[in-house]
Amino acid sequence: MKLSIEQVKKVAKLANLSLTADEENLYAEQLSQILDYVDQLNQVDTLGVEPTFNVTGLSNVMRKDEDGKSLPKNGPYKTKGVFEE
Amino acid sequence: MKQLYEPIIGLEVHVELNTKSKMFCKCSADYFGKEPNTHTCPVCLGLPGALPYINETAIESCMKIGLALGCTVSEISRFERKNYFYPDLAKGYQISQYRWPLCKGGRLQITGNSGQDITIRINRVHQEEDTGKLTHVGNETLIDFNRCGVPLVEIVTEPDFHGSEKVRDFAKKLQQLFRYLGVSNADMERGDMRLEANVSVRKIDMSLREDEDDEAISNMDGIATPFGLAMTKNVRNDKPLPNYRIELKNINSFRFMVAAIEYEIKRQSEALEKGEKLTAETRGWDQVKKETYLQRSKEEANDYRYFPEPDLPELRIKNKELRIKEEMPELPWNKEERFVSEYGLTKDNARILAESNDLAEYYESVVKLGKQKEMEPKQIANYLINQKPDINKVSPEEIIKNIQSKSAGIIGDEAELKKIAFDVIKENSESAEAFKAGKLGALNVLLGAIMKKTAGKADIEKAKEILENLLSK
Ligand SMILES: [Zn+2]
Repeated sequence: MKLSIEQVKKVAKLANLSLTADEENLYAEQLSQILDYVDQLNQVDTLGVEPTFNVTGLSNVMRKDEDGKSLPKNGPYKTKGVFEE
Repeated sequence: MKQLYEPIIGLEVHVELNTKSKMFCKCSADYFGKEPNTHTCPVCLGLPGALPYINETAIESCMKIGLALGCTVSEISRFERKNYFYPDLAKGYQISQYRWPLCKGGRLQITGNSGQDITIRINRVHQEEDTGKLTHVGNETLIDFNRCGVPLVEIVTEPDFHGSEKVRDFAKKLQQLFRYLGVSNADMERGDMRLEANVSVRKIDMSLREDEDDEAISNMDGIATPFGLAMTKNVRNDKPLPNYRIELKNINSFRFMVAAIEYEIKRQSEALEKGEKLTAETRGWDQVKKETYLQRSKEEANDYRYFPEPDLPELRIKNKELRIKEEMPELPWNKEERFVSEYGLTKDNARILAESNDLAEYYESVVKLGKQKEMEPKQIANYLINQKPDINKVSPEEIIKNIQSKSAGIIGDEAELKKIAFDVIKENSESAEAFKAGKLGALNVLLGAIMKKTAGKADIEKAKEILENLLSK
């Protein structure tokens, strides 16, 4: 599967990246290779297999609505760049 | 001018829930007027590795809204990531719902100009999180993340509106609902509730025009079941929708929304009439110039690349839904109907008294007290509506007393009093003569007789005046 330069430009824009023309060509090549590699998965017969949206298999994991601690005032920058509890 | 184009409007309503904590973290959701960025943590700041944790109350509130609007609560619903780069969300995506919304397919009825029901179909009610607040100062943008992650519910209607007033009526009805359910303060000015309208216009097919009036446009035949429309049919909606739509955004009052929609209908009709082609745009409202202005042209591809949020397990709702149903309060429109059927109120009076849950409850507590005194619910309704007592200060008992003294029906009618006074003078001629002879105290005997005759209902001041007049002749 060959990605067009236009597609690379679009992906770059969506990823908030600015690419040079050289990079666009390079990534068109490299991203295409990655897609080809992943494309091997299409050989697996997944007919009747439910998509895995979440690997934990859990559902309805919820917490009570109680407010707790936020980061301390003036936050992350207070003590020499480390978070303060 | 003859109307050649009909507006087609769909609404998206965002409402911020009044939970204690945010949607996915324990930061306080009460952000309004708080010091910037003091209600933040690794989750709502989108720091790497931080994991979201679903607020149960928010989910329940979202389901309550959905159920009230006749939606079906999905047995399985999932959160998804809506990806975009904008500084109001540090994560680079908003946790929202897309393919598996919590609630689907409802309807809400509003009243048309000739009193008929107009059904607005609800496409979905889903749960998401609010974004941070950006303040633009000169060339700088200041970001406050206190609001980021506050639970937000989005309600999306089908394009069933064909005029701005109905949009306003619908939005106000939703606002009333949110307050009844107690899920949000729904204050427009504070941004608890936000409206977005998708507006386009379509040339009216004159051949179809005859048997339809504007009001009938969105009428639907449907069989209402307790929680949804079993079948809907909307002839007019079968016609193709225009191939563009203008999104009106960031409008924080019902009035401005109406003005913006009106402006758009005119602007778009004129543009199409001139043969111009309209394309998708986002527009805002300039209240000074009284016109809409371009905010963003949609050509710049909105590609949100939604995908299921891998950090959040899915929601499977079944038993919970049932419990929520039991917790649902009586809805405002049901209360209105009951006030009419149970208390014999007029539709208008029922609407006024059911305006807020507080007033409705107050009214009913007075009715309950009044029942023991054989006081009519209608009489109480009239009193509350006309006198507008402060229900936070005046107790229901006081209301009863006030109504009693009022309806004790003080006789103030001059002619009636005069007739009674005549009789009393006749029956108490001695006292009357005594008064005439200068014994002023004798008047009290006569007054007492009047009060006795009227069971104390005579206006004593007036009665006194009348007696004096009669006796001075
Ligand atoms: Zn937080």
